[in-house]
Amino acid sequence: MNSDKNILVELNKVGFKQNNKWLVEGVTLKVEKGKIVTLIGPNGSGKSTTAKIALGIYKNIEGSVEKFTNKVGYVPQKISIDWTLPLRVYDFMLLTEDIKDEAIEEALTLTGVTHLKNENLGNLSGGEFQRVLIARAISKKPELLVLDEPVQGVDYTGEIALYELIKKISDTLNCGILLISHDLHTVMTATDHVVCLNGHVCCSGTPMDVAKNNEYKTLFGEQASQILTVYEHKHDHVHSDEGRIKKN
Amino acid sequence: MLDDFFIRALIAGIGVALVTGPLGCFVVWRRLSYFGDTLSHSALLGVTIAYSFELNIALSVFIISSVVALILIQLQKKTNLPGDALLGLLAHSSLAVGLVVIGFLTFIRFDIMGLLFGDILAVTTNDLIIIWTGGALILFVLKLIWKPLFASTVNYELAEAEGLNPDRSKAIFTILMAAVIAISIKMVGLLLITGMLIIPAAMARNISDSPKKMVLYSVIGGLLSVILGLFSSLEFNTSSGPSIIMAALVLFILSLLNIKQSIKLKN
Repeated sequence: MNSDKNILVELNKVGFKQNNKWLVEGVTLKVEKGKIVTLIGPNGSGKSTTAKIALGIYKNIEGSVEKFTNKVGYVPQKISIDWTLPLRVYDFMLLTEDIKDEAIEEALTLTGVTHLKNENLGNLSGGEFQRVLIARAISKKPELLVLDEPVQGVDYTGEIALYELIKKISDTLNCGILLISHDLHTVMTATDHVVCLNGHVCCSGTPMDVAKNNEYKTLFGEQASQILTVYEHKHDHVHSDEGRIKKN
Repeated sequence: MLDDFFIRALIAGIGVALVTGPLGCFVVWRRLSYFGDTLSHSALLGVTIAYSFELNIALSVFIISSVVALILIQLQKKTNLPGDALLGLLAHSSLAVGLVVIGFLTFIRFDIMGLLFGDILAVTTNDLIIIWTGGALILFVLKLIWKPLFASTVNYELAEAEGLNPDRSKAIFTILMAAVIAISIKMVGLLLITGMLIIPAAMARNISDSPKKMVLYSVIGGLLSVILGLFSSLEFNTSSGPSIIMAALVLFILSLLNIKQSIKLKN
């Protein structure tokens, strides 16, 4: 059914039940090459669950998932690493794929943590660890990048830089990105498609469409929709200045 | 100068240590020491079956341990009992069945001490072949599944998401555990095999800062333990298993001193 060669992963009416409770139901979405899809929604709305379904971590699901790539980079929301393992940042970079030293160096430079290369993973701060997680996911030059709240614990300026970086990666690698964020302020950066979840797809479309959507307004309140609009505007402005983004 | 049996024991011990070193690291990392115990307790049943039907001991132990591992996996899926209760259930019931079967085998002379604690006099040339070919095979398979196994040890979901199939590597690793117990039972004895897996690895953890180093030090620690242990076993006429494990313990204690020193240096 992959008539469109650009599709990387496609979810068709998927649902996932745990302990007899539906975490998400009837979610349909697709991620295409070079496109950024952002999932938003309140706590417990099934954002991470949807990402895990797309990644094939959850297997007993309703509906269907079709994944057309095996080159996947994943930044999970929560990661518990057992410190009985002696693990340096360098070893962690090689976790799922043997990549060249230059690629490791490059990825660590992009996220600003080259100096931590030989540091033990257990000694990193939350923000540093988050940067290492992103570096690991991008260093393998994935076709599909799934980022679950990738900038949590990162300071504000770092957050903006990392979102810029994510945009840059999507452009240079031409990879598809599935981005999850609870932060409405920064969510919209360069997003092509927004899916608003609340156990089901409450609304979806371009950032502007979603901001104007009534269901979205009732879910997040009138104020949130203003933030979204304001941010969208700001973002347009910044990028047209640099002449990097063409808006249709 | 040295007797033939001692040379054989030494070669056997070195073969065992080369395999328990890397496998032991995974046992420590994945918190499987009680799993190792359960498999080795069930090995007694494997030995008695080998005697009853005149089978090869290593082969019989390997089959019984694998079966017990499979039963464990099934029980984990089908019951709500916690993992440690299931491990205890299987360990003690398979040990009990093994001991009862021994009681029936009155027609065979049994060296129960040798079985439990290892006996260097019992190592034959045939055993050497089993240990070295079996060991080489175990290490080869471990090398093949190293990446997915290690990645899923660090984080299961990352490994699954990035297409490494962690469930398969876990199942293969379980079989490797049964195999390593099968080849080391004569050397270390079934009560102390887990010690041979975890003590050198624990020692290595104390002095290493990367996974590769830990594996290397674990192998070196295992080799030193075997060599020191066997020489003292010969000298003081003690069982080989306890002597090897005691040597490993001494190395572990020395590695603790190293930690203290490095903490002092940091301050």
